[in-house]
Amino acid sequence: MKEILKAFGHVIFKMPLGFVVTLKHLFKKPVTLDYPARKKPMAPRYRGRHYLERYDDGTERCVCCGLCAAACPADAIYMEPEQSENGERRAKMYEINLLRCIFCGFCEEACPEEAIFLGQDYEFSDYQRDSFIWTREQMLVPHPRQDNPFKRIYRRVRRVYGVTDKTK
Amino acid sequence: MPEQRTVTLNMGPQHPSTHGVLRVVVELDGERVVKATPVIGYLHTGIEKTMESKLYYQALVCTDRMDYLAPMSNNLGYCLAVEKLMDIEVPEKVQWARVCLAELTRIKSHLVWLGTHSIDLGAMSMLLYTFRDRESIIDVYEACGGQRMMTSYIRIGGLAHELPVDFDKKVRRAVKQVNEGLADYENLLTNNEIFINRTRNVAVISAEDAIAWSLSGPMLRGSGVKHDLRKANPYSGYENFDFEIAYGEKGDAYDRYLLRLKEIRQSLRIINQALDGMPEGPYRARVPGVVLPPKEDVLYKMESMIFHFKIITEGFKAPVGSVYQAIESPKGEFGFLITGDGSNRPRRVRVRPPSFINLASLPRLVEGGMFSDVVCAIGSIDIVLGEVDR
Repeated sequence: MKEILKAFGHVIFKMPLGFVVTLKHLFKKPVTLDYPARKKPMAPRYRGRHYLERYDDGTERCVCCGLCAAACPADAIYMEPEQSENGERRAKMYEINLLRCIFCGFCEEACPEEAIFLGQDYEFSDYQRDSFIWTREQMLVPHPRQDNPFKRIYRRVRRVYGVTDKTK
Repeated sequence: MPEQRTVTLNMGPQHPSTHGVLRVVVELDGERVVKATPVIGYLHTGIEKTMESKLYYQALVCTDRMDYLAPMSNNLGYCLAVEKLMDIEVPEKVQWARVCLAELTRIKSHLVWLGTHSIDLGAMSMLLYTFRDRESIIDVYEACGGQRMMTSYIRIGGLAHELPVDFDKKVRRAVKQVNEGLADYENLLTNNEIFINRTRNVAVISAEDAIAWSLSGPMLRGSGVKHDLRKANPYSGYENFDFEIAYGEKGDAYDRYLLRLKEIRQSLRIINQALDGMPEGPYRARVPGVVLPPKEDVLYKMESMIFHFKIITEGFKAPVGSVYQAIESPKGEFGFLITGDGSNRPRRVRVRPPSFINLASLPRLVEGGMFSDVVCAIGSIDIVLGEVDR
């Protein structure tokens, strides 16, 4: 009888002691991430897929100066200019070949109009090669902009981090 | 028909323990290696040639892709070489930040080495632990440059952006994480019987041989030669830091393992010093016509805008002449020889890749040994095929 009680004591008191290291990990935050369900928030400077900014009234910021294409080490950017109705220069055609793009962020740095940015999106696999050539219409942010408070905060954080992102 | 005594075996190019696409033609007599010939070129990308057709500032992105486990060291080497060619003086803060980032890179590279080397030898869990700690360093990269591996953060004349606001916090977190991790690694490996049996007296190279084969980095110091470019030929303000050169004695794989752990410790020391004494100042040198002006100036000042357009479209013209600048990358002496011809593109960019030259000593390391030690030898050289083939 005494032996059995002793064994019980072992099970209840001693065994958890042996499992201390294992049990400790129950209360720790896991290192891994349940990826497709949860996503890691990328850093504010993260260089993902490009997007083209607009002014608040909806006109495009891009004036098709070609600096981004000149800066691009991979020659991934192609553009053609045109004149808008009120005589301003703008891009008729603006294409980025995401298969060539190396996401170095030089276009973002080169842009003197603060028009092109590399966003946070990094999931763009597809079955067709053609779908990787992104055109102006696909990259322009929608107007009116969906007023997402998080996005506004994110832009603010971006500015704090030293990357200028002036939206007036 | 003569009696054939040896077997010729192809190891690789698709072999998990060759760390990429290295092929080793091994001639075996039973289990003994008679001859081993590394065959390279399966990952040839023509990076050196590509750099000749790019502007100086564009060629920077090619350097990330050579030794993709140590992007910041490569950036640093290239930028120092171009700065030497152009005679640019960078601000003090940039130097300190560069040292901090380069040491983080060294830790990161050594952690990947530790994980893959021990997984080659059968210690499966190491990879998980090292990648856990590496993640904290990659977080720093992401906050700085915006990319997790191909950072391109260190630029000619400074840095790409200002250091992020929580740089200090993030780096200290990484340092703490690696410090805790190091205890784990030592527990798991340093006195591990199996690990010692697999690595002690394996892939031995003597100090004379190491010098004769012009090895560098941990391969050289593992044999007991006290040569570290950070001490011997300080660059980027390494002379301001207090650290020791780690070196081994016998020059076997186990010594190199201990040495790399010591190097991680020394790197942590340097990082702590760099964080404590980080001076204030601009993040970029002001050299009109060579270094991009700050973005705020470009938007509001005419002359900055003109310089911005000029630099982006035409680059800058480098003087005629060659410079050689070597840095101590995690793998060894990583040097750039850049020849300028007065135009805005380099005439020739030659890289001295440590992995390539260290790999050449592979036959010396494995011949006469057992076949299963080839895996250990390749692992302990710490090669990155992107750098070997360029």
